[in-house]
Amino acid sequence: MRARTTQSWPTDERLIAAERAAAAGPAWLAETRRQGLRIFRDAGVPHAKIEAWKYTGVNGLVGIGFDPHAPAPEVRIPPPPLAGLEDAYRVVFVNGRFAPLLSELDGLAEGVAVVPLTTAAADPPEAVRAHLGRVLDLDGMPFAALNAAFWTEGCLVTLDDGCTLSRPIHLVSIAAGGDAPTMFAPRTLVVFGRGARATIVESHLGTDGAPTFSNAVSEVVAAEGAVVEHYKQVQGCEADFHVGASAVSLGAGASYDGFALTLGGRLVRNETRVTLASPGAECRINGAYAAFGDSHVDNTTLIDHVAAGATSRETFMGVVGDSARGVFQGKTLVRAHAQKTDGHMLHKALLLSSGAEVDAKPELEIYADDVKCSHGATAGKLDETMLFYLLSRGIPRGQARRLLIEAFLAGALDEIRHANVREALRGALMKSIGDATRDLGCD
Amino acid sequence: METEPKTANELALGDTAYKYGFVTDIESELAPKGLDEDTVRFISAKKDEPDWMLEWRLRAYRHWTTMREPTWQKVNYPPIDYQDAYYYAAPKTKERLNSLDEVDPELLATYEKLGIPLREQEMLAGVAVDAVFDSVSVATTYKGKLEAMGVIFSPISEAVREHPELVRKYLGSVVPYSDNFFATLNAAVFSDGTFAYVPKGVRCPMELSTYFRINATQTGQFERTLIIAEEGSYVSYLEGCTAPMRDENQLHAAVVELVALDDAEIKYSTVQNWYPGDADGRGGIYNFVTKRGACRGRNSKILWTQVETGSAITWKYPSCILQGDGSVGEFYSVAITNNRQQADTGTKMIHIGRNTSSRIISKGISAGHADNTYRGLVRIQPKAEGARNYTRCDSLLIGDACGAHTVPYIETRNASAKVEHEATTSKISEDQLFYCLQRGLPEEEAVSLIVNGFCKEVLQTLPMEFAVEAQKLVGISLEGSVG
Amino acid sequence: MALLEIEGLRARVEGKEILKGVDLRVEAGAVHAVMGPNGSGKSTLAHVIAGRPGYEVTDGSITFDGRDLLSLGADERARAGVFLAFQYPVEIPGVTNTTFLRHALNAQRAERGEPTLDPIEFVRMLRDKMRSLGVTEELLKRPVNVGFSGGEKKRNEILQMAVLEPRLAVLDETDSGLDIDALKVVADGVNALRSPARGMLLITHYQRVLSYVVPDHVHVFAGGVIVASGDKDLARELEEKGYADFAAADAA
Repeated sequence: MRARTTQSWPTDERLIAAERAAAAGPAWLAETRRQGLRIFRDAGVPHAKIEAWKYTGVNGLVGIGFDPHAPAPEVRIPPPPLAGLEDAYRVVFVNGRFAPLLSELDGLAEGVAVVPLTTAAADPPEAVRAHLGRVLDLDGMPFAALNAAFWTEGCLVTLDDGCTLSRPIHLVSIAAGGDAPTMFAPRTLVVFGRGARATIVESHLGTDGAPTFSNAVSEVVAAEGAVVEHYKQVQGCEADFHVGASAVSLGAGASYDGFALTLGGRLVRNETRVTLASPGAECRINGAYAAFGDSHVDNTTLIDHVAAGATSRETFMGVVGDSARGVFQGKTLVRAHAQKTDGHMLHKALLLSSGAEVDAKPELEIYADDVKCSHGATAGKLDETMLFYLLSRGIPRGQARRLLIEAFLAGALDEIRHANVREALRGALMKSIGDATRDLGCD
Repeated sequence: METEPKTANELALGDTAYKYGFVTDIESELAPKGLDEDTVRFISAKKDEPDWMLEWRLRAYRHWTTMREPTWQKVNYPPIDYQDAYYYAAPKTKERLNSLDEVDPELLATYEKLGIPLREQEMLAGVAVDAVFDSVSVATTYKGKLEAMGVIFSPISEAVREHPELVRKYLGSVVPYSDNFFATLNAAVFSDGTFAYVPKGVRCPMELSTYFRINATQTGQFERTLIIAEEGSYVSYLEGCTAPMRDENQLHAAVVELVALDDAEIKYSTVQNWYPGDADGRGGIYNFVTKRGACRGRNSKILWTQVETGSAITWKYPSCILQGDGSVGEFYSVAITNNRQQADTGTKMIHIGRNTSSRIISKGISAGHADNTYRGLVRIQPKAEGARNYTRCDSLLIGDACGAHTVPYIETRNASAKVEHEATTSKISEDQLFYCLQRGLPEEEAVSLIVNGFCKEVLQTLPMEFAVEAQKLVGISLEGSVG
Repeated sequence: MALLEIEGLRARVEGKEILKGVDLRVEAGAVHAVMGPNGSGKSTLAHVIAGRPGYEVTDGSITFDGRDLLSLGADERARAGVFLAFQYPVEIPGVTNTTFLRHALNAQRAERGEPTLDPIEFVRMLRDKMRSLGVTEELLKRPVNVGFSGGEKKRNEILQMAVLEPRLAVLDETDSGLDIDALKVVADGVNALRSPARGMLLITHYQRVLSYVVPDHVHVFAGGVIVASGDKDLARELEEKGYADFAAADAA
C-alpha cells in the first residue's frame, strides 16, 4: 500500500534500502523495523486533514532533503552541563551516534546499567526484547514508526528492583549541523524495576550549521511502585526540527513526573503518551515553552486511564512572540471501568506579538461515571495592570516584560519535583528568555 | 421556578417518556421516492418558484453529488440510503388558505395535541406561530398584526415569491449552498421553513415561533429558516420540534441563517424534542442541522439557546460569525442523551471584528448507553483586536455505561485577545441525591431537580413559556436513567 | 410501642463494623440526646436511620411507628416522617432553597394524601416559619446551601425541619461549629418544634447544646454501642469527667 499523501517522503528507494538493512539484524529486531516501515507507509506523511496534525504542518520539514547518511561534523568539546546538574551521569550522542569520549559514566551505582542500544540489542538482555517497541503504540504515530524503522543507535537504561539512583542520568543528544541537512533517529529505552527510583533528563540541543531533523522516541517502563522522574529539554537552533515521542507505561502504584521544556527550534513536537493500566498509578505531565522568531512548538499528550483509581495532572504554559506558533493538544481518555479517576489538565499561553498564534485543544473523552476530570485553557497578553505596576516602580519596560514572562513560566516549572533539575531548567529558561527577548519578540 | 404558569405545552406533557409519538391520519402528497434533478425540479415547481431559485437548488444538488458525508463527528449510524426516502411530503389541502378556518381540522387537532394552538384567540399572549407540518408551512398566526409594523413573518416559500429581493440578497449568504454535506442537501431540496424580516429600528413586539412536526413516514424534513434583523431592530424567535414514534430513522437536515445588522439583536431559542428512538436505539430522528448567524453590523448581537433532549443523533453547531466591530455572540446549550442517543453538538465563535466578544455555556448530561460530545471552536482572527471569549462546558454522567466528551478547539491569532475555557466532568453527586431523598423526594424527581439546577444558567435564558416546558423535558428525558 | 425502636443494630461502612449492637427506644414527645466522642459511631447511627447508601446493616432492626424502617428507601423513610438534620448540609447549585423545599413538602403531602401547595401558598406558609429562625428572604432565593455560612446552613436545616414537620427528627451534630448566638437561634428553633407527637434524637459531642435544649434522656455512645443511659444529669456528669471513663469501660 502506498502512502496516501502526494509527497513520497522519504523516497521509496530509501525505504526499500532500510528494509534490506533491517533484514540484516536479529530477526526480532528486523520485525520491529519492518513493522515501523509498514505503519509509516500506510499512514504516510501527516497533513492537516489528519486530526492529530491539524495544527502542525510538516511541509517545511518534508521539503528539506534530509539525508540520514550526511557526515556528522566532529564535536570534540562536550556541551557545558546544565548549571546544577554537574553531578549527573552523562551520556552524549552526536547526530544519533554514541560519543563515548564526551560521556561520563564513572561511579555508576550498582543495579543500574546504561548501555548503547545496539550493544544491548546484539546480545539481547531481557529488557530490550521485552520492551523495545512494546510501550509505544505506533498507530497514528507516523514519525515514531519511521524511528522504529531507521534508528541506528540509542540508549538503554535499566534499574534493578529497589534500586535508587541519587544522581540524575543526563542523556544529551546533539544535533550537529554540518554542510548538508541531516536527519537521525535517537532511541531511548528506560526500564525501572519494582520500587526503583531515578531521574532521567533528556537534552536535545542544536549547533549552528545546516538544518537537522531529530526524530526521537523514548519508551519508559515502570514496574510496581517505581518512582520515575523524566525531564526533557529541547533547545534547537533556528533551522532544527525535532519530533519526539515519549511513551510511558506505569505499573501499580508507580508514579511518573514528566516535564518538557522547549526553548528553540524551527519545529518542535513533543508527543507524550502515558498509559495508566494499573490501579493507584499517578502521572504528572507538565511543560513550558517559549517560542520566538518563526518557531513552531507543539505539545501533544494522551493520558490513557485504563485502570481505576489513577490520578493525572497536566500543566503546560507557553509564551509566544514574533510570528511563532504554539500548539497544545491534550487528551485525557478515561476508559469504561476506570472509575475514581482524578484528572486535571491546564494550558495557559501568553501572546506577545500580533503575528503570534496559539492553538489549544484540551480534550476529555470519558466512559466511566465516577470520575473527577477537568481542563482549563487560557490565552491572552501580558497583564497590563501588572506591567504598569512594575513600570511605576521605575523598572524599564523590557525588563518588566521579561520579569512577568519569567514569572508566568515559573508557574509551570514549579511543577518539577526534582529540585536540582527544576533549578537547572529554570536557568536554561532564563538564559533563553534573556536572549530571545532582547527585542522581546514583542510589538 | 418561583411561579409556574401552566402553559398549553406543559399540559401536553405528561409524566412518561415520549408524549408526541402519535401519527396524524392525514392524506399526504409525496414527491416520487429518491433524489435526482427531477426531484429538485418537482419541489421547485410545487412551490411555484422563480427560475433563480431553481437554478440555485440545482447548483447545490450538483455540488452535493460530489460531496462525501462527514465522518469526523463522534457518532455512529448505519449508512443512509439517500435514494430510499421521500424529499417532499405535504398535507393535501386547497390551493391557498385564506384563514385558519380552512385549515384541515385534523391538522389543527394535531397542533392542539402538541400544545400549540394555532387559533389566535387561544394563543399564548405574545407568540406568533408558524407551523411546519412535514415539509410545508400550514399556518402562520398574527401575520396581520406583524405586517402593520413592517415585520415580515411568513413561510419561506411565500417569501421567495413575495419578497424575492430580500431572499435573493440573504439566502445562502451565511450558509452557502456548498457549505457542508447536509447543508448542501438542504439547499437542493428544502421544502419550506420560516422567513422573518424585522425592519430598521423595530422591536418585534412578540416572540416569533415555528413549530416543526414530521408526520409522514420515510420522509426527510429539510426546512430552511432565514431571519434578518435590520439596523437597531430586535427579534426573539423560538422553535420546537416533535415527530411520531417510528422504527425507522428519519433524516432532518435543516439550515438556519441569521443576519444581524448594526445594533440589531437576534435571540434564537430551540427546544428540540424529536423522537429519540426507543430504549434499544430503534428508530428516532437524525438531526443533522446547520445553524449559523452573521453579526454583520457593528454592536450586533446573536444569542443561541438550545435545549436538545430528543433525536437519535444530534449533529449541530449553532455558530456566530462576529464580523461587526463590537458584536456579541452567545451560545447556551443543554444537551441530554439517554438510552442509545448520541449527540455531537457545540458551537463556533469566529471573531473577525474588533472588540468582539463571545460566551459559551454548555451543559451536557449523559445517561444510559448514550454518548454526548461537546465540540466547539473559538477562533480569534488576526484583526480581532480586543476580542474576548469565555467558555464553560460541564458534563454530568448518570450511570457507568454512558460517555461524555469535550473537544474544544481554541485558536488565538491576536495578542490582545483574552480567551478563557473551563470544563469539568463528573457524575451526579451522591451526596446531593441523598440529601434530596432524605427530604422525601422520589429518586427521579431528585435527579430532575439536581439536573435542572445544573442547567439553570442555560434554561434561564429561554423565554418563560419555553423555560417551563424545558424544565419538564429535562426530567422526562432522564426517566429510567437511575435506580 | 415506642415511635422508634432500634434492636441489636449492627452496621458496616466500607467493610468495617461501626455499630456493634445498638438498642434504643425513642417515644413520641421525648428528646433523647446521644453523646459520644469522635469516631464512636454516633453519626453512623444517624445515617443508618436515614438510609444513606454505603451503610450496610448486618444485623438487628429499626422499627418506626410499627413499620420496618430498614425495608424502606431513603425517600420513603423521609416521607414516613424521618428527618435528618445533616452535620454537613449539601450544596445543590442552581436549585433555589424555595424550589427545593416546596418539592420536598409537596412530595410528602402527596404521600399523606394532602393537597399540594402552589408557589404562592407555599411562600406564605414559609414566611411565618422563617421569621422565628431569622432566615432572610434573600437566603431562600439562593441555591440550596451554596455560599451559606456555617450558621446559615444549620438554620436552614432547622427551617426545613419546621416546614416538613417530621415525626422523628434526628439532629446530627447540629450544634457543631456554631458560635453562641447562632447556637441559641438553632436551639430556640428546635425547642419550638418539640411536641407530644414528635420524637427527637439529638446527636452531639458537647454538653453545651443541652443547656438550651434540655433532653429527657441521655445516652453515652462509645465503640459502636450505647454504654450508659440516664437523665439530663448524665450529660453534666460527662462534662465533668469526660468520655475517658466510658471509653475505658467499653474497652474492658
